[in-house]
Amino acid sequence: MRITCPLCGERDRREFYYYGADDYLRRPGEGAAPAAWDAYLHLRDNPAGVTRDLWYHDMGCAAWLLVERNTVTHEVLSVRLASEAEEGAA
Amino acid sequence: MRYSGLKVITEGLFGNKGWGPAWRSPEPKAEYDAIIIGGGGHGLSTAYYLAKNHGLTNIAVLEKGYLGSGNIGRNTTIVRANYFLPGNSEFYSHSLKLWEGLEGELNYNVMHSQRGLINLFHSDGQRDAFVRRGNMMISQGDDAILLDRDGVREHLPYLDFEQTRFPIYGGLLHPRGGTARHDAVAWGYARGADRRGVDLIQNCEVTGIDIENGRVRGVQTTRGAIRAKKVGIIVAGRSGQVAAMAGMRLPVESHILQAFVSEGLKPVIHHVISFGMGHFYISQSDKGGLVFGGDLDFYASYAARGNLPMVEHVMEAGMTLMPMIGRAKVLRSWGGIMDMTPDGSPIIDKTHIDGLFIDCGWNYGGFKAVPASGWCMAHLMATGESHAVARRFRLDRFATGHLLDEEGTGSQHNLH
Repeated sequence: MRITCPLCGERDRREFYYYGADDYLRRPGEGAAPAAWDAYLHLRDNPAGVTRDLWYHDMGCAAWLLVERNTVTHEVLSVRLASEAEEGAA
Repeated sequence: MRYSGLKVITEGLFGNKGWGPAWRSPEPKAEYDAIIIGGGGHGLSTAYYLAKNHGLTNIAVLEKGYLGSGNIGRNTTIVRANYFLPGNSEFYSHSLKLWEGLEGELNYNVMHSQRGLINLFHSDGQRDAFVRRGNMMISQGDDAILLDRDGVREHLPYLDFEQTRFPIYGGLLHPRGGTARHDAVAWGYARGADRRGVDLIQNCEVTGIDIENGRVRGVQTTRGAIRAKKVGIIVAGRSGQVAAMAGMRLPVESHILQAFVSEGLKPVIHHVISFGMGHFYISQSDKGGLVFGGDLDFYASYAARGNLPMVEHVMEAGMTLMPMIGRAKVLRSWGGIMDMTPDGSPIIDKTHIDGLFIDCGWNYGGFKAVPASGWCMAHLMATGESHAVARRFRLDRFATGHLLDEEGTGSQHNLH
C-alpha cells in the first residue's frame, strides 16, 4: 500500500502511522453525554468497503491526513490534509 | 457413527465403504428455538454446548460459506492459558481444561498437542513482568515455570544466544500450552452438534435481522426467512456488518493479521516459542511446516491479505531469533480478518435487543478460546445470565470503564 501525501507525494506505507476511523474528527462538545464520548472513542461503523480514516505522516512532513480508501482492496481513493477537512462534517 | 481404531481397521479390510458424511445437509426449517449466525469455531462450539449442556437441540447454525471457512481454518493454532488479568485468567484456564478433554468429548482427533509454550524475555523489566504473570497463572491453578538463560538453552539450543541487540535473559515455560489441528476442531464440534440434532446450514448468508418492539423475531437469509426468539451473532471479523443489521455499532474494528507456513521439514522445533521483542512466534506443525507470524499490519482491513512491510518485519524477527530457519522456504502466507476491540479482550454478552446475543472481539487470540467461548455463549443464550468465567466480557465495558487491557497499552483501536 502506498499513500500519496498532499505535501510530500507518493510514499511507502511504512512512513505513515494509522490512527483510526474519521470518527476522531467529530469530537463531542463540552458537556456532551457519556454515550457520545463512548461513540466517539470506541464504537465504529467498521465498513467492508470505502472508509475514511486518519493517518499521520510520521516519517515525512508530520501532517495529519484524511485518507479515503477501500478496506477490501487496499485501494487508496483520495488523500487530503485533515486540517482542511471541516471539523464535524468530515 | 462412532470413530475408533477398530473402525479404521475394519473399514480398511472391507474397502472403506462404510464411512458416511460427518454431518447432514438439512434444508432450513421455518422456525427454530435459537439461531447461531456463523459456522466457525465459536459458532459451532456454541451450538454443540447448547445441545449438550442445555438440551436445546432445535437450533440452526447459519453459515454463509462452508463450515470452518473463516479464521478457524486459517490460524496459527496455539492453545494456552497464560493470561494475567482477573476476567481473562479464569476464562482461558477453563478453556484449556476443555481442550484437555476435547478429543474424548467429541470422539474426534483434534490433534491437541501439549508440547509446551515458551515466552522469551530480554530485559530485567520483562523478566519481572513474566514472573508476575507466571505467579498469576499458578494461582489460577495452571502451570508456569521460570527458565533462566541456561534453562532456555536446554530446551531451545538453536536460538541465537550470541546476539546482543535482544539478549535472551530467560523464558516463561507453560508446559500445558501447545497446538491443535484447527480444522479438526471445527469439524469435531460440527459433527458433535449435528449428532445432537443441530441443523448446520451452509451457503446460507444472513441478510437481515428481524426485530419487533425491541425483541428479535428471526433472520432474513439468502435461503428465505427463518424465525427464532433467540439469535446469536458469532461472526468474528464480520461482526460490524452483522451487528449493523440490528442497527448496532460495536466497539470493534477489523484489522489484518498475517501468518506464514514454510515447506515441510523434519522435526526441528518442538515447542511453541514467542519472541516479544520482535513480535514473532513460531511452532512446527505435525506435517512439518514451520507456522509463524507476528503483529497486526495495524490498519483497518477486510482484504484477507497483508502488506509487505509486515512480511519483512516477521522474517527479520525470525532470523534475529533463530538464524537456522533462514534456508527454509516460505510456502504460503495469508491474512486473517481480526475483530479488534479497543482493549484487546473479547465480548460475550446480551445486546439491548431482547433475545439477541453477541460473541465477538476475539482479536488475534480466538482459537484457544473456541471451547470456552462456546461453553459460555451457550450458557448465556440458554439461561440469560453470563457464565461465571465470562462475566467481565461485557459489551458496555468501554462505556463504563471496566476494561480488560491485558497488554496494558491503553484502550484505543489502533493499539492492540
